[in-house]
Amino acid sequence: MDLSFTPAEQAFRQEVASFLEKELPPAIRRKVLDGLHVSPQDTVQWQKILHRKGWGGPNWAKEFGGTGWDPVRQYIFEEESAAAGAPRLLPFGLKMVGPVIQRFGNAAQQQRHLPRILAADDWWCQGYSEPGAGSDLASLKTRAERRGDHYVVNGQKTWITLAQHANWIFCLVRTDPAAKPQAGISFLLIDMKTPGVEVRPITMLDEGHEVNEVWFEDVVVPVENLVGEENKGWTYAKFLLGHERTNIAGIGSSKRELARLKRVAAQETKHGRPLDQDPFFAARLAQVEIELMALEITNLRVLSAEAERRAPGPEASLLKIKGTEIQQALSELMVLAVGPSGLPFRREALDGAFAGPALEPPYAAPLAATYCNLRKASIYGGSNEIQKNIITQMILGL
Amino acid sequence: MHFNLTAEQQLLSDTVQRFLAKAYAFEARQKIVKSKEGWSREIWAQLAEMGLLALQVPEAQGGMAPAAVETLLTMTAMGKALLVEPYLASAILATALIRDLGSAGQQEALLPAMAAGEKIAVPAHGERGARYDLSRVATTAARQGQGWALRGKKTVVIHAEAADLLLVSARTGGGLDDAAGISLFLVPRDATGLRLTGYRTVDGQRAADVELAGVAVPADALLGAEGQAFLALQAAFDLGVAALCADAVGSLQATLDATIDYTKTRKQFGVPIAKFQALQHRMADMLIHVEQARSMSYLAAMKAASGDARDRRRTVSAAKVVVGQACRHVAQQAVQLHGGMGVTDELAVSHHFKRLLGFELSLGDTEHHLEQFVAANAARPA
Ligand SMILES: Cc1cc2nc3c(=O)[nH]c(=O)nc-3n(C[C@H](O)[C@H](O)[C@H](O)COP(=O)(O)OP(=O)(O)OC[C@H]3O[C@@H](n4cnc5c(N)ncnc54)[C@H](O)[C@@H]3O)c2cc1C
Repeated sequence: MDLSFTPAEQAFRQEVASFLEKELPPAIRRKVLDGLHVSPQDTVQWQKILHRKGWGGPNWAKEFGGTGWDPVRQYIFEEESAAAGAPRLLPFGLKMVGPVIQRFGNAAQQQRHLPRILAADDWWCQGYSEPGAGSDLASLKTRAERRGDHYVVNGQKTWITLAQHANWIFCLVRTDPAAKPQAGISFLLIDMKTPGVEVRPITMLDEGHEVNEVWFEDVVVPVENLVGEENKGWTYAKFLLGHERTNIAGIGSSKRELARLKRVAAQETKHGRPLDQDPFFAARLAQVEIELMALEITNLRVLSAEAERRAPGPEASLLKIKGTEIQQALSELMVLAVGPSGLPFRREALDGAFAGPALEPPYAAPLAATYCNLRKASIYGGSNEIQKNIITQMILGL
Repeated sequence: MHFNLTAEQQLLSDTVQRFLAKAYAFEARQKIVKSKEGWSREIWAQLAEMGLLALQVPEAQGGMAPAAVETLLTMTAMGKALLVEPYLASAILATALIRDLGSAGQQEALLPAMAAGEKIAVPAHGERGARYDLSRVATTAARQGQGWALRGKKTVVIHAEAADLLLVSARTGGGLDDAAGISLFLVPRDATGLRLTGYRTVDGQRAADVELAGVAVPADALLGAEGQAFLALQAAFDLGVAALCADAVGSLQATLDATIDYTKTRKQFGVPIAKFQALQHRMADMLIHVEQARSMSYLAAMKAASGDARDRRRTVSAAKVVVGQACRHVAQQAVQLHGGMGVTDELAVSHHFKRLLGFELSLGDTEHHLEQFVAANAARPA
């Protein structure tokens, strides 16, 4: 056992760090480090910068234009990127539909879609959940009826993240209503500009617009947009979930948030002393920091097992639970750190371009909103309860 | 010992609840929060008419003080309805301060008008560096001619914009952290040199930062004796903490009820999700938190007006700790059990989530009150 990175991995880390130092636009970096809103343009701009460097697909094989990095290098890349204040790469193309198209798509689909994902020319969104099908995804009802060389899609998806910016959506649709729930599902790629597709915003608890309903009314989808075989969509969806959960622990971004929390605590005072010297607060902060240390090693253990097995396993559930608990704990401590200054709720101050009168202290502006927003982390991507069900069944064998 | 209500108390509780259920249903509340002022003068007038603004007003001025149980019941009903009007700030905190410190003339001039809903006053005490320390006051008041000139900055003053009068604490003597030397002044909100920067709070109330750039007030603006406002401030804030705990219990109960209802109707895997034992146990834990919080809200209400300051402080701080922990647990679990619906702003439960965060950050957080409890334990009984 050796828990240090190899010289080659350390050199790689150095290379990533100096690239970030040189190429990450300072305005974007500031927003990320201060916890402000990152615009869709920022995200696209960053993906394009990475693409120019040949790093547009950190988790993709070389044959598809990716970097071919092993899981440890992918991890180092994510960690350095997060620490430097790079925006999160959009997962919908890179981590979700991309790997599915690579594995199960045909050559035409690969040529059509993969380069545009790397270049950020397309913005994908994930159309799985429905009002009646959340945790129980297999009960989904959106119907795709085959009519000659096309499908006609009718139904409603919900909670679709950033669909308002997307031009493509990948959907699980029911193609065989007579089959058992899992057996009648197909994986369909739908151009959002097709007539009959309608996006309706959902306002979140923090008043942000992040998720949407997506409605389909007699939407005509050419048969060539079917991925793999008809009625095999569930298999592809499960494959995708495994990929979605790589780096789900969010170690990099939690380390960045921990550093921000420490900056905040150093500037706040309690009984006239810096808050980070307050024994109560210091102990609570340390508790989270220690959990994060443990999770980092757990994460690396899972990554190394994955590299050997060449497939993600059920251990990802453990990373998801602990990782989101840590994210939520950090966001909570951040609000508590500023005391009564956590009460003001000014969404406009979350915009990097906000020029109105700042309240004191300026860093308090996003904290309550972020705390509210991050409640989603234990709900999406398979709720933490569902992850525990996976652990009990797949790991404990109960 | 008993936990029974008198017939009058029961009637009051029923009346308030019925009124709020009708006039302050969730949709109506959301409209009020989104309105320009962010609260409703109409509702305020109706609260006055029901006598609720007079609970802390002494009998001499036509009120009902101390009205411990009535205040408890009213606050719990208001918490359930997520009321955003300046009830705690004006009808409890400011009313108690004017009652306990004011001259006969000041009381006569203000309290009946406040009880009638014609005047609103709120304390402007908190400052940026003070966090939750009640005695840390940097704002100063210096003698100027016959009166005073106030300089400093107050932060997160709840409902400052709605107030006709701010009760501004300022130092007339002593050092930054001294209890001695703090005075209270009645300052009209539209006084020259006073500037408000208003905003919403996370739980849908209005608040403002208040800058006092040499605000001149006459001699009779001083409330109570010069430099001796601290004990009254402490007593009023203890009363406020007790009221806030009752408020929180209303919100906690509503949050638990909403979660039980939701999980009974939401179906996944062919069954209501309330059938999953993992979730049942979660709701059982929520109930335990709510009941412990309720018990402490009773105890705090009974002790809130006690003259034994050490015992009073020890009790209200203990209550705020239990309630604070309940707020955190119940709010987080409620949203979790609602799944995606819980993180939208569509359901009342999300707004309770934010209100429950607001409670934690108001009048001292859990950690602050743990410290206060330890300090009260260490102090010798009077
Ligand atoms: C911010 C956000 C973004 C999202 N983005 C997307 C997206 O881009 N695309 C997409 O397709 N979906 C997306 N989702 C949907 C997400 O995957 C679902 O919200 C999630 O699967 C939970 O489903 P639900 O909301 O219907 O909750 P429900 O399934 O109704 O669950 C409610 C509660 O019951 C619990 N529960 C359910 N079943 C069980 C069980 N068997 N045992 C124990 N507890 C159980 C859950 O854990 C939860 O606490 C997003 C959700 C959110 C909140």
